[in-house]
Amino acid sequence: MTLEVTREATAITARPVRRLTGGTAAGLGTAVLYLSLIVLIPLAAVVWRSAGEGPGYFWRSVTTPDAWAALTLTIGASALVALVNLVMGTVIAWVLVRDRFPGRAVLDTIIDLPFALPTIVAGLVLLALYGPQSPLGINLAYSRAGVVLALLFVTLPFVVRTVQPVLLELDTEMEQAAASLGAGPFQTFRRVILPNLIPAMLSGTALAFTRAIAEFGSTVLISGNLPFKTQVAAVNIFSQIEGDDTTGAAAISTVLLVVALVALITLDVLQRWGSRRG
Amino acid sequence: MAIEVRDVNKSFGTTPVLHDVSLDVTAGSLTALLGPSGGGKSTLLRVIAGLERPDTGTVRISGVDATRLSPQRRGVGFVFQHYAAFKHLTVFRNVAFGLEIRKRPKDEIRRRVMELLELVHLEKLADRYPSQLSGGQRQRMALARALAVEPQVLLLDEPFGALDAQVRKELRTWLRRLHDEVHVTTVFVTHDQEEAIEVADTIVVLAGGEVVQAGSPGEVYDNPANPFVMRFLGPVTEIGGSLVRPHDIEISPDPVDGGSPAVVSRVVRLGFEVRVEVETGGHEAWVQVTREQADRLGLGPGDTVHLRPAPGARSLALAL
Repeated sequence: MTLEVTREATAITARPVRRLTGGTAAGLGTAVLYLSLIVLIPLAAVVWRSAGEGPGYFWRSVTTPDAWAALTLTIGASALVALVNLVMGTVIAWVLVRDRFPGRAVLDTIIDLPFALPTIVAGLVLLALYGPQSPLGINLAYSRAGVVLALLFVTLPFVVRTVQPVLLELDTEMEQAAASLGAGPFQTFRRVILPNLIPAMLSGTALAFTRAIAEFGSTVLISGNLPFKTQVAAVNIFSQIEGDDTTGAAAISTVLLVVALVALITLDVLQRWGSRRG
Repeated sequence: MAIEVRDVNKSFGTTPVLHDVSLDVTAGSLTALLGPSGGGKSTLLRVIAGLERPDTGTVRISGVDATRLSPQRRGVGFVFQHYAAFKHLTVFRNVAFGLEIRKRPKDEIRRRVMELLELVHLEKLADRYPSQLSGGQRQRMALARALAVEPQVLLLDEPFGALDAQVRKELRTWLRRLHDEVHVTTVFVTHDQEEAIEVADTIVVLAGGEVVQAGSPGEVYDNPANPFVMRFLGPVTEIGGSLVRPHDIEISPDPVDGGSPAVVSRVVRLGFEVRVEVETGGHEAWVQVTREQADRLGLGPGDTVHLRPAPGARSLALAL
């Protein structure tokens, strides 16, 4: 959602100033008011709170060994998860759109399960399957691999659901044209299909990444929340609040917020650059 | 022969689309596959291009059996009705695509692409993206793209079908001129008889998945193989149990040998042409006359006239 918002905002400022009609003005007003109440003001409050004790305190809160470890783990694991999603999400979308097989509709529905499940249930499921009593003999509990697994689970739908509609709309005649011009299947994929999918792949990846750095429920069970080892940033924030350090919690939140924004803006810039260049 | 199609059959599921189709296309010709929609003409074109595989039968291109060849290896250029432009590439890169695949040197690509863009009058739009072009411009780009790889045959699937009437007419004339310059064997699919007659030097009429007739536009127009072809190629009307072209009818106020009596119901003046609508033998028919003829006869509603096919005119007896 944030991605859409930033794009809209730049699109509006980039256009020459023009008188708004009554309907547009009312619509824009409603959108801005709603966005402010639900998103911008609460976010601003967190940022404001984090600065409450001065920049020195902010810095110390973020760089305490446990907070710093939680932040680097979160960002590193999320980046890894985003990359895996980029590839696997595209493959799954491809299979769902291009291949015909029995059970396709069921698979298509299952993709949304991570969205539908409460994330704590996801954590429970993963712990049952990959925990100490794993029927598969794979124990990922209390390990960083477990954190990555949980993040993979909850972020699976993003890339699939952004790439799928683009792939559905993609003109298959473009591929036939490429074939008649001599391009083999791999060349057609690299030169024709992929460039058309990249914008959707990037925005899906950005959404998966930002979702992953904020994840709490699914990781809380399987990770065991061992500080310096498996504690993610969201859980660290929670423990700061429990320890009555709301300013410290707000500081770490602000860092997450900035990382998310930077990720979204970077990918958006990449997309614009890509679409101009072709 | 540039293209030889022999006994091709093709079904989609249980629906037969092509039935024992055989076709010869001479090198350097401009051939129209003409027929109503659902007649199998696009499928035939796609079979020639290798985009569809025939169930039985063979396709030879420049003497080589291409039936099992992939589209990449057939040396055909294909132009789609909806352009199939590479949306993410500029006009220049679209046209250069086939040459880049063939790893030609950069300066050769540049020279060849600019040559082709001049040929299709798009040299000023080389850096645009397809979304910034009109339909006609996109189709000309698609044509340049197909020509870039110097195909042995150029196949166009309803190339002007998605364009508005004015642009269609311009592009038709332009395609004819282009063919006279480039001389590449060209086959195009159309359901528009006027387009086929105006552009092609050979017309192949396809209906119900079969070749009904093949010949020059004049032959097909003047000596249609059956009432279907006659109806499809131009206006027809029925007098005395025969199918006749309305401009091939003699109209006279007095009884004539072999004539049928008719009563004028309406006279419509369309500029130079005058359309005389009549009732004859219990059904409606019409005759096309010149304005001068109409003035001489002084026809009005209610007049009785006598009609017969003009000498030498082609008419087909209708089995009643």
